[in-house]
Amino acid sequence: MKRLKNFLLLLMAVPVIAFASEEGPRLDKAPVNLSDQASLQRGARIFVNYCLNCHSAAAMRYSRMEDLGLTEDQIKENLMFAAEKPGETMTVGMDKKEAKGWFGSAPPDLSVIARARGSDWLYTYLRSFYRDDSRPTGWNNVVFDKVAMPHVLWSLQGEMVPVKKKEGEHEVIDHLELAKPGSVTLAEYDAMVGDLVNYLTWMGEPAQLERQKLGLVVLAFLAFFFVVAYYLKKEFWKDVH
Amino acid sequence: MSALQKVMGWVDDRFPLTATYKAHLSEYYAPKNFNFWYFFGSLALLVLVMQIVTGIFLTMNYKPDSGLAFLSVEYIMRDVDWGWLIRYMHSTGASMFFVVVYLHMFRGLMYGSYRKPRELIWIFGVLIYLALMAEAFLGYLLPWGQMSYWGAQVIVNLFAAVPFVGDDLSIWIRGDYVISDATLNRFFAFHVIALPLVLIALVAVHLVALHEVGSNNPDGIEIKKKKDPVTHIPLDGIPFHPYYTVKDIVGVIVFLMVFSAIVFFGPTMGGYFLEGNNFIPADPLKTPPHIAPLWYFTPFYAILRAVPPMFGSQFPGVVAMGMSIVLIFFLPWLDRGKVKSIRYRGPIYKLMLALFVVSFVGLGYLGLLPPSPVATILAQTFSVIYFLFFLLMPWYTSIDKTKPEPERVTG
Amino acid sequence: MSQEADGQKVDTRKRKFLIAATSAVGGVAVAGVAVPLVMSMLPSARAKAAGAPVEIDISKVEPGMLLTAEWRGKPVWVVNRTKEMLDLLGKHDNRLVDPNSEQPQQPPYCKNATRSIKPEFLVAVGICTHLGCSPTYRKEVGAEDLGADWPGGFLCPCHGSRFDLAARVFKNVPAPVNLVIPPHQYLSATKLLIGVDAKGA
Repeated sequence: MKRLKNFLLLLMAVPVIAFASEEGPRLDKAPVNLSDQASLQRGARIFVNYCLNCHSAAAMRYSRMEDLGLTEDQIKENLMFAAEKPGETMTVGMDKKEAKGWFGSAPPDLSVIARARGSDWLYTYLRSFYRDDSRPTGWNNVVFDKVAMPHVLWSLQGEMVPVKKKEGEHEVIDHLELAKPGSVTLAEYDAMVGDLVNYLTWMGEPAQLERQKLGLVVLAFLAFFFVVAYYLKKEFWKDVH
Repeated sequence: MSALQKVMGWVDDRFPLTATYKAHLSEYYAPKNFNFWYFFGSLALLVLVMQIVTGIFLTMNYKPDSGLAFLSVEYIMRDVDWGWLIRYMHSTGASMFFVVVYLHMFRGLMYGSYRKPRELIWIFGVLIYLALMAEAFLGYLLPWGQMSYWGAQVIVNLFAAVPFVGDDLSIWIRGDYVISDATLNRFFAFHVIALPLVLIALVAVHLVALHEVGSNNPDGIEIKKKKDPVTHIPLDGIPFHPYYTVKDIVGVIVFLMVFSAIVFFGPTMGGYFLEGNNFIPADPLKTPPHIAPLWYFTPFYAILRAVPPMFGSQFPGVVAMGMSIVLIFFLPWLDRGKVKSIRYRGPIYKLMLALFVVSFVGLGYLGLLPPSPVATILAQTFSVIYFLFFLLMPWYTSIDKTKPEPERVTG
Repeated sequence: MSQEADGQKVDTRKRKFLIAATSAVGGVAVAGVAVPLVMSMLPSARAKAAGAPVEIDISKVEPGMLLTAEWRGKPVWVVNRTKEMLDLLGKHDNRLVDPNSEQPQQPPYCKNATRSIKPEFLVAVGICTHLGCSPTYRKEVGAEDLGADWPGGFLCPCHGSRFDLAARVFKNVPAPVNLVIPPHQYLSATKLLIGVDAKGA
């Protein structure tokens, strides 16, 4: 029996060993903190200023940003450039077909982009643009090779260039270096992208904080219910021998 | 006579209410030795009810239109009051349905619950499982994300592998040359009307058949053989109500705690219940780099991929996958063991069952991975074990050294 | 199995209590699930956004003219009543069901002779209080089909309910009460906001 168990364990371990080597580019951990409203508000501002020109968020209503501690007037004054009523969703005027002509592919809607890509991927992606003159936009990206989107935030971050290393016969990008500084330092830029990704993560599912709060109540209730039901069961099962 | 008794009397003269209550609850005698594994039947029923109820409310806001479907799901998640909860209950319910059904089926395997006289219960059960797979597959297209689209594309194309009529068949299923609005609309109709009706009907006959012959138990012996000479009640039987109702309530609460933990704290289950790529709207021009079905289909998907194309056709793989499910139906006649329960089986059956479980789980895991040479060899090994478990069963169960069954149920 | 045979006494009170307790907590659980389901049928954020207040420009509504705006998916009329129309309003009170607007069919600030903030502008929801059709604007005094004593007003095409130019219902028609005056306010001389009361009103 013991031998059998060992054999089964080994059998189960095989797939793990066989596939442990599979990996994409390394992703940095995004500083997501959904209870940090100041960060979310900063992220929202970056989002409407830089992203919302080309990317829509068609499932997201401006008014929902009241959940971030903003008043309707604040939203109207600081965050609404393309809409008239706070109840509207974040659409863009750009025509999808035209955009496809300009960029090669239409800019995707960002409502649930954090759920599709993951926060860490977004955080790494937005900090991994580098100069590449072979690309039509002049930019390329470490985690998204031949990306169609130009580096929209370049005036902030500055220009990065790749530092390569040899890996076997291929040259691969080891890391990026700052060639031309932008208007903020790299640390400040990382913090800005962190705020933006925080906002995108929140926007992917605006109900998520509420969900977790309610979850605690539900689990506490069920725990109480369990105690009551358990005693009921115990009482009746006294009969059964 | 109290007013209530009068009303009950009036009803009973016209409808067998009290008789039904007695036959299926208060005077349905279940073996007293049900263990942990016997919770999953009632839990499956609970999940079915939850899926139907949440499904009805989702239908109120979902739009089965290829141009509107994706955003209508996000509309439910954001704009509809409590929509997120209803949707997560439904998506979590889909996966949890399979969790409880797999455990329920495994219980049947362990204790021989499919054996005479319960062959029909087992067959109805396998039919429920098949209907459930169809229901889940159809429902998965509805969010109209990338995984919905390409998953449906791959599965519908399996039908194209059928010789001679395959192409026409797959076109007929889709109602178009690709997965399209027409496909979405008909999958919606099947998902919300046709299959729920089939499921409810099958569950009803599953239960009627069960209550006709009575439940099996972990000892695999018939409690009806030893009855009280006066009352004719099985000595090892207890009325389902109140004993198993109060017990099942406890099971339901524990299950709901697990269920709620997932719904409220990890509804995507790290991509196993809701896949990240399905938050990208369906794009007929771009396949995601890696597509795998949801976890509950992966064992069969792995069998499909394990069979290489023969004579330039995928058909053998499709047949193998189909056979792997069809074989389950024949279990009552493949098993020649002298005893039903694993408690009194010999070492060969125990080993085979262990290998089967490892293979099934292993196939499920491999089905999630992108194909690779190592994975294919492993999947082929597991597939062979899977089939041998069934095909060799008449032989190894009849030569196995079994222990004597007890007269009365134990523990 | 069975109970009394073992000589053990069943504590019925304890059982009853535990059954009651479990039923009560179970009832709370069922209610807890039912509430979200029922609430999900209320107007969604999209419906609420569509029901947000509407701003309309009334500068182009000439005397005697009717403008129809949409608010919460319902027609809202703005009628610029002429001097003659206003003069006629007080002369048929005996034929009206509720001439003094006693029924709460209007915000308090419109409970007056003209049922309006500015006497000349009538703002009313154009939905008949009988069964919800939208009445037609019939301003011609003494119209042939409505009788010589018709002072001008609204006629519902569905069941013939009649309302005067202050949207008050006439006697002996199916509609029981006056038409609804929605909450509204003037943002400026020509800008009307329908859907919210003036602050402090």
